Amino acid sequence: MNFILDHYNYWIVVFLMMTGFYIVITANNLVKKIVGLNVFQTSVFILYISEAKVSGGTAPIVTEGATLYSNPLPHVLILTAIVVGVAVTAVGLALIVRIKRAYGTVEENEFKKMDDAI
Amino acid sequence: MLEQHLAALPILLPLIAAPITLVLGRSSFSWAFATLISACACLFAWQLLALALTNGAISYEVGGWPPPWGIELRVDAANAFVLLAVSALSTLVLLYSKDSIEKEIEPSKHTLYYTAHLLCFAGLSGILLTGDAFNLFVFLEISSLATYTMVSLASDRRCLIAAFRYLVMGTIGATFILIGVGLLYMSTGTLNMLDLANRIDIAESGRTINTGLAFIMVGVSIKLALFPLHMWLPSAYTYAPSAVTAFLASTATKVAVYVMIRFIFTVFGLDHVFGSMGMDLILMVLAIVAIFKCSYKATVQSDVKTVLAYSSVAQIGYMILGISLVSATGLMAGLIHIFNHALMKGALFMAVGAVFYRVGSVDISAFRGLGKQMPLTMAAFTIAGLSIIGVPLTVGFVSKWYLVTAALEQNQWVLAALVLGGSLLAVIYIGRVLEAAYFQQRPESEKTIEIKEVPWLMLAPMWVLVLANIYFGVDTSLTTEAASSAAEWLFQNNEMPLGNQAGAE
Repeated sequence: MNFILDHYNYWIVVFLMMTGFYIVITANNLVKKIVGLNVFQTSVFILYISEAKVSGGTAPIVTEGATLYSNPLPHVLILTAIVVGVAVTAVGLALIVRIKRAYGTVEENEFKKMDDAI
Repeated sequence: MLEQHLAALPILLPLIAAPITLVLGRSSFSWAFATLISACACLFAWQLLALALTNGAISYEVGGWPPPWGIELRVDAANAFVLLAVSALSTLVLLYSKDSIEKEIEPSKHTLYYTAHLLCFAGLSGILLTGDAFNLFVFLEISSLATYTMVSLASDRRCLIAAFRYLVMGTIGATFILIGVGLLYMSTGTLNMLDLANRIDIAESGRTINTGLAFIMVGVSIKLALFPLHMWLPSAYTYAPSAVTAFLASTATKVAVYVMIRFIFTVFGLDHVFGSMGMDLILMVLAIVAIFKCSYKATVQSDVKTVLAYSSVAQIGYMILGISLVSATGLMAGLIHIFNHALMKGALFMAVGAVFYRVGSVDISAFRGLGKQMPLTMAAFTIAGLSIIGVPLTVGFVSKWYLVTAALEQNQWVLAALVLGGSLLAVIYIGRVLEAAYFQQRPESEKTIEIKEVPWLMLAPMWVLVLANIYFGVDTSLTTEAASSAAEWLFQNNEMPLGNQAGAE
């Protein structure tokens, strides 16, 4: 029991990761797929933030009386990864807009019927 | 000044040039500018390879921050060799694309195409040159996002769905790599690849590191389209504009193969990945299944672009097979095949794009009678096709030769036979196209359309690649020297950190 409670942030990571992954695989609607992808990526952000925590450490700002700091590097890394995630979402949504214009639908089973080669 | 920053230039130049290309506005201006930039980058890559071969690895500190804290660019024989292939292909494809994209991409999107191409090229150079695991993920995403855009530029609406599928698969792959890098950082506290190699301590945090290894390997396998994670590749290659397919087929997956080599040999270490984790067997089985399953699939497709796309997956199987043999010769065969396959597939997809330019279709029936009407294009297709099969005097033979030698070194006779068996399937799928082109007549109903040779600007890059196919097939000194020194370097480097550790204890 303690094992689960002590690592609750990692359980959240795993739960979000699997939820997102499941949505990406099963969703029929392309927008939902992008949402699933976002949830999937968000779980990784939490993983990185969890890594940064040093037990007993404070925020990484130089102040008097603090000797132990949390690691600021993963935060910076994840800032970059968030930007990448936003860019992926933007490109994905732009593609969905063009799919909607070309096919008149964003449901996978509907445009699969229109072009059977795909 | 220039010499000092040489290692950063192949990344910086296209990255800075990409927005300028967008501002230039006119299609012909941006074409000339993008080609010039790509040619300069190719020149720098050539110099880097020469430097790396004579002086050994070059380390460049980005922003003056020394590694392992700052980001390091690290040029050695292995990545300079792949970078040279990528930048040369990029330049040739850009030359080719001026006429090709006129038929396949709307005029308003031409500048966007050149911008995306330069961004993709910058990303690929970044992946190759960086010595930082997280930086690698960022460059991977830069090149991938540009790739999704480029695939979606075609006028056929199916390209949109292909691009979307590629985006979903590619993002999952890249996120897997991100998770893996995160887990490695968690157990080592560093992101620099060489530093990682020294600090990976299997005994203490083996489970975290092995999970990281698994995530990274699956992520990279999606990116390099290793069977059975290749499902995005055939549709993306089929529906993308021909010039884009020629570029992607000859560079993007090759760079991903390089990433796999780098992680296996530099970061995790050969002994761990192949010794205690037994990854070589997994890779070998998947590679052989890829060669046969996808070569077979290539023989039953009717769209020639799909045929070549499945053939690409099969050829990636050969590269992975070379790596999975765990010997310097095997690795060398894999590296040579990265270079050689770029030459053959670039030429093949360019020839198919030329057929689309004149005939307007790439179905196998569209090739009927083209042997007479487009003799130069079909001759290029024939020679590059023979190279895929592995006929002597072409580069394909050199790759197969080293691969078979590597298999025989370990007395793996069955494996050598399988490699040669895969070539027989290549005879069938290339032969079907050649049979249509040379031995079938054009149907009467289609004879009204006059078909002639494509503009010289499309023919020239295609023939440069074809001649390179023959040149490097006859004079193998450059490719084998670069590949063997790269392979030896990777192997040596691999034993060194392990030896140091043993000495320290």
